[in-house]
Amino acid sequence: MNKAAIENGAYKRRGIMLIKQLSVFIENKVGRLEDVTKALKDHNINIASFSLADTAEYGILRMIVSDPEEGRQVLREKGFSASLTDVIAVKIAQKPGTLHEVLKVLFEAGLSVEYMYTLSTTGKDTAIIVKSSDLNQALEVLKANGYEVCTDKEAYELNNINNK
Amino acid sequence: MIWNEAKECMSRDELINLQSSRLKKTVSHVYHNVPFYRRKMQQLGLEPGDIKGIEDLHKLPFVTKDDLRENYPFGLFAVPQSQIVRVHASSGTTGKATVVGYTRRDIETWQECVTRVLAMAGIGINDKIQIAYGYGLFTGGLGLHYGAENLGATVIPMSTGNTKRLITMMEDFEVTAIACTPSYLLHIAECLEEEGKLDKIKLKAAICGAEPWTENMRKEIETKLRLKAYDIYGLSEIIGPGVAADCEYHKGLHIYEDYFLPEVINPNTLEPCREGEVGELVITTLTKEALPLIRYRTKDLTSITYEPCECGRTIARISKFKGRSDDMLIIRGVNVFPSQVEAALLELGETSPHYMLIVDRVNNLDVLEIQVEVDERFFSDEIKELENLTKKISNALHTALGLSVKVTLVEPKTLARSEGKSKRVIDKRKLYE
Repeated sequence: MNKAAIENGAYKRRGIMLIKQLSVFIENKVGRLEDVTKALKDHNINIASFSLADTAEYGILRMIVSDPEEGRQVLREKGFSASLTDVIAVKIAQKPGTLHEVLKVLFEAGLSVEYMYTLSTTGKDTAIIVKSSDLNQALEVLKANGYEVCTDKEAYELNNINNK
Repeated sequence: MIWNEAKECMSRDELINLQSSRLKKTVSHVYHNVPFYRRKMQQLGLEPGDIKGIEDLHKLPFVTKDDLRENYPFGLFAVPQSQIVRVHASSGTTGKATVVGYTRRDIETWQECVTRVLAMAGIGINDKIQIAYGYGLFTGGLGLHYGAENLGATVIPMSTGNTKRLITMMEDFEVTAIACTPSYLLHIAECLEEEGKLDKIKLKAAICGAEPWTENMRKEIETKLRLKAYDIYGLSEIIGPGVAADCEYHKGLHIYEDYFLPEVINPNTLEPCREGEVGELVITTLTKEALPLIRYRTKDLTSITYEPCECGRTIARISKFKGRSDDMLIIRGVNVFPSQVEAALLELGETSPHYMLIVDRVNNLDVLEIQVEVDERFFSDEIKELENLTKKISNALHTALGLSVKVTLVEPKTLARSEGKSKRVIDKRKLYE
């Protein structure tokens, strides 16, 4: 845990970042998802992207938001189990085969993908969120293969920039 | 048929004399052989000679399941280990099992009781009976087995777990009687119906127990399977199944008073109830050698009547049970205490200790669901991790309870918390009328 934190710090200094994703546990009950979006709305927290993983009894909503720390606090106050999870936001070109290429880089390094989803497809580039087995190693191989990885701020603003 | 007319149809005076002389012997036996009883009696200034008959029973202290737990495993045994020929065990209120022991004579007493029950249900030497209670530490399987063999019936020791094979044998062997839990029998009936075999079976009697059931369930069983269903009651602490059972009139369960002295008390004041008034059943064993129990609080709620029955038996009858005076649940015949669940969760240490037990009956089989709160310490945003957690909890509970459990993760702080004892059980089954 400590080792990872230190390594994480080292990457930050070099400007290569893991970003904070806000994750929340939601029971499969009518209106619970809406309770989450309302809590975020009431605190003026914007959701840039999300993915919802569902099972028979519960779901996990994973989001890239404008202020993950505050988002977590807000959800916690509403009684949710919410956590911040490190993920990678990596940019890939908007053309056939690029998703395959980036996954190949990760798999060839012996890494596995726990989950992934789209962050942005609005411009000429696409950005995806990836949670892989060893995030620091993933950052390293992505960088070595010339991929651009977003910071928290970039990841959140990506959609806005592309819109301009 | 009445197996032991001399004992089942005694006059009240004769019976009281027999009970009194057996009670005196039992009190002397425990006083001299079990330090626990001697200490308790000395604290009350009682000596065996002070108990002159059943009219003095009320002077004696009560015994509870907690006393058995505190003297785990053999502390309340009244004979040396060399005289113990068997032990059985059932769930205790926490991690430790309730252990009971039998001398050879205790086993004989037990089989006599079960034989009376089977004979009362019209079963005899020309019957083939499937024993579909669990065999092993649970008293159900072996208890019925010995009684049925003693009766002279042909015993098919099925145990539990393979309904298909049970049905095949039921048809091929032309089985005429079955002993199992009433919910399992309804499940068997459903399977027979699905296979279109309801017409092919030759069952005429069923001995059902190990869990509470209603008159409606009896009617459903009897209509579907075209047989007569009888209720059998017992608890391992006292001896096992066969403490009481009902006859063809179904007007309460005949309790074998020559072996078990019943009382019904108010569970709060501990004062005796009037005849017919509902209270907690308390039993004193009158002939047990290995584990004699004096005024054992069963926690089962019932009422008692001493009116002779239309069947000719004069022994007392206890009414169908009205519930429990503690929080014990009986699920698929297995005793479950919420405190066991709590202890298992705390031991696992990977969940919050807040839980809710939901018991339901689906297709006539009891299902136990446990809802556990996912608090932030245990929340992972990977489904894989949450599923691992669910599996761990379910394995830990399976080990602790001996039952498979469905684990459901719920949001934090959504399970009821109340001052003191929170409501941790929702029982959706309708077990009591």
